[in-house]
Amino acid sequence: MAAAKKTTDQAATDSKSGSHAPPDFTKDEELRALRDMLLIRRFEEKAGQLYGMGAIGGFCHLYIGQEAIVVGMQMALKHGDQVITGYRDHGHMLATGMEAKGVMAELTGRQGGYSKGKGGSMHMFSKEKNFYGGHGIVGAQVSLGTGLAFANRYRGNDNVSIAYFGDGASNQGQVYESFNMAELWKLPVVYVIENNRYAMGTSVTRSSAQTDFSKRGISFNIPGEQVDGMDVRAVKAAGDKAVQWCRDGKGPFILEMQTYRYRGHSMSDPAKYRTREEVDKVRHDQDPIEQVRNRLLALGVSEQDLKKVDAEVRAIVNESAEFAQNDAEPDPSELWTDILR
Amino acid sequence: MPIDVLMPALSPTMEKGNLSKWLKKEGDAIKSGDVIAEIETDKATMEVEATDEGTLGKILIAEGTQDVAVNTPIATILAEGEDASAAPAPKAEKNADAKSVENKSDATGDPEKSPKSSDIKAESHPSPRKDTPEPDPEVPEGTEMVMTTLREALRDAMAEEMRRDPDVFIMGEEVAEYQGAYKVTQGLLQEFGDRRVIDTPITEHGFAGVGVGAAMAGLKPIVEFMTFNFAMQAIDQIINSAAKTLYMSGGQMGCPIVFRGPNGAASRVAAQHSQDYSAWYSQVPGLKVIAPYSVADYKGLLKAAIRDPNPVIFLEHEMLYGVSGPVPKLDDYVLPIGKARVVRTGAHVTIISWSHGMTYALKAADELAKDGIEAEVIDLRTLRPLDTETILNSVKKTGRAVAVEEGWQQNGVGAELSARIMEGAFDYLDAPVARVSGKDVPMPYAANLEKLALPSVADVVAAAKAVCYR
Ligand SMILES: Cc1ncc(C[n+]2csc(CCOP(=O)(O)OP(=O)(O)O)c2C)c(N)n1
Ligand SMILES: [Mg+2]
Repeated sequence: MAAAKKTTDQAATDSKSGSHAPPDFTKDEELRALRDMLLIRRFEEKAGQLYGMGAIGGFCHLYIGQEAIVVGMQMALKHGDQVITGYRDHGHMLATGMEAKGVMAELTGRQGGYSKGKGGSMHMFSKEKNFYGGHGIVGAQVSLGTGLAFANRYRGNDNVSIAYFGDGASNQGQVYESFNMAELWKLPVVYVIENNRYAMGTSVTRSSAQTDFSKRGISFNIPGEQVDGMDVRAVKAAGDKAVQWCRDGKGPFILEMQTYRYRGHSMSDPAKYRTREEVDKVRHDQDPIEQVRNRLLALGVSEQDLKKVDAEVRAIVNESAEFAQNDAEPDPSELWTDILR
Repeated sequence: MPIDVLMPALSPTMEKGNLSKWLKKEGDAIKSGDVIAEIETDKATMEVEATDEGTLGKILIAEGTQDVAVNTPIATILAEGEDASAAPAPKAEKNADAKSVENKSDATGDPEKSPKSSDIKAESHPSPRKDTPEPDPEVPEGTEMVMTTLREALRDAMAEEMRRDPDVFIMGEEVAEYQGAYKVTQGLLQEFGDRRVIDTPITEHGFAGVGVGAAMAGLKPIVEFMTFNFAMQAIDQIINSAAKTLYMSGGQMGCPIVFRGPNGAASRVAAQHSQDYSAWYSQVPGLKVIAPYSVADYKGLLKAAIRDPNPVIFLEHEMLYGVSGPVPKLDDYVLPIGKARVVRTGAHVTIISWSHGMTYALKAADELAKDGIEAEVIDLRTLRPLDTETILNSVKKTGRAVAVEEGWQQNGVGAELSARIMEGAFDYLDAPVARVSGKDVPMPYAANLEKLALPSVADVVAAAKAVCYR
């Protein structure tokens, strides 16, 4: 309760267990990371614009600032591994290779969207890309992701499930029920906690007795690590390790990704609970995309080549926006489909 | 080609806003993501971020300009090598509001969504009390009425009860420092402090149980759910613990607690965030369930709920939060739980609804009147205990009934109403009871499908005509 309140938000950035520099990326890896992160950022900027124009309604939670997490994790995965997350899900979908067009058209509620327009921003799925949603109830995806791992173990394959959730979601009871089962049954699931320091307007220090989220599995003997979630190399390195742990049959692993969301919780959160200086500082000092750009320039890649990447990504995003605004609304008969098989 | 920066909307329904401040000057270099300006409406302030790179060419709308229409070019961004002369001249006219939306409602403050969308919808609803033919019997003649928004009325009810009884406290997600996700608890933290206005982590099952335990120990918690969709995490504690404790303890231990928050279909938030739990909770013995429509009823009934020694489910509706209505200026306006109200009298057909469903019922009554059908409209206000007497009295007079609910039909409140009418007024009925409800599907996101999924005024009119054989 209020009396035990801590006064700073520092905890989220302080202690880093693996504080040594992450292994370098090859130039190709850097280029892939740049391209994939830029795609997410430009996509989200466009989604924000379309929301402003009234083409997207309801809730729309942008991923800007957190791109390195899904991109780095995806680089640690192989085909067959599953991904599941909450409602801040556009980045995860693009990272798994889902098409920008289908995602954007879902945001505008059109028939060409991944859920035929019936799901919207928070609810999209792709069987083909092993993306299991897209969930609106905070914490629910954690048990579901554990269930995906259960299925892998049951079938005896070597697939790993990645369950993403926020710092706020980390306080839900079913998270710990899942942790216990996952360790008890040695389920191959990586719990990726995206600690962006806030759950809506509540900073982690105001909601959490233990703000080192990598320790949240201690009482279940689940290993955990804090990771610089703004550095895509650090994310991939941690992902490689955690995924290998799971593939080796050792059970679940927790990765706390320390990150930041640049935008409000959703489109019209005026974000009065933090200062513009705080946002600007992260943006200026830690931006995941700028980090990669600078390293690429240092590797001798020209500005011109980097601009080409941006142009390629912008073309994809613009095409998706064009499609999403012009595609037809779902046929009225779709109201009654997909309720039962 | 210079790129136009357009006036953005804070919400899909915003039509104009003020350009309060430019944070970049003409000629400044701009990167994607830079904040270039601030815009505001009467609800909120928002930053405009550039989504293109280049230099700020011309500022087309000066800072301080009021009522700039959405999608008006406010500046141009020049790509590399372009100069400002390529940009079109600034527009002289300051965009007199062509079709501005005048809106008396205040900020929604909903961090999840557009501030205005729900308020505008609500605005188009008839003012709740306008249709009341006679003054509420509980209000003394000549009482001054004060126009109050629903969210203020709820806040006032809680504040008054907290002043009156030190055992009353409120807890929930974002209720304190954020002032409520929907700004319903505005000012409570400031007045009562963080001992009594408590922000919880996102742990519905846990804090609902903590609330029930505190109530068993004699405190009087108000537990706010950000929406009732999230109370599904907590429904075990609500039903298995709160509703059954008195009975299981042979009357030794009660549970004076209020669970409150928005319930039902919001706008464009899809299947997991748009559900009506009226039927769910009103099935459970040991609970009282209240779901008012008018602003005054919300106030009087919330005060009653807080004083009630039982667990009370208090269902609010997001679409009504911004609506203003007259509230009697009384020191202690408490209404009885369990009484429906006839809000419009008529001889031909009885239309029964509650909460936001009343908006369809009342508009339908207006429509029907044009065709010479006089509908009697009943606002249930309380769903458990259900005021069967008021319903039966009306149906015995009209011989026809239509139940209107936003939720699903099977095992819905409408099903219960028609059963009670059949049991209690069978011989008076001239037609089977008709039910208008939400469609038997999860709530879709697409705008066209969402519209189809919800009941409409036309549905109610058609049902009323059908039972009148017209
Ligand atoms: C069970 C439940 N409770 C409350 C909400 C409302 N809600 C949506 S997002 C959110 C904050 C979650 O924060 P966090 O887990 O940190 O994720 P982030 O939004 O920062 O990505 C809340 C309270 C919900 N959707 N589900
Ligand atoms: Mg968070």
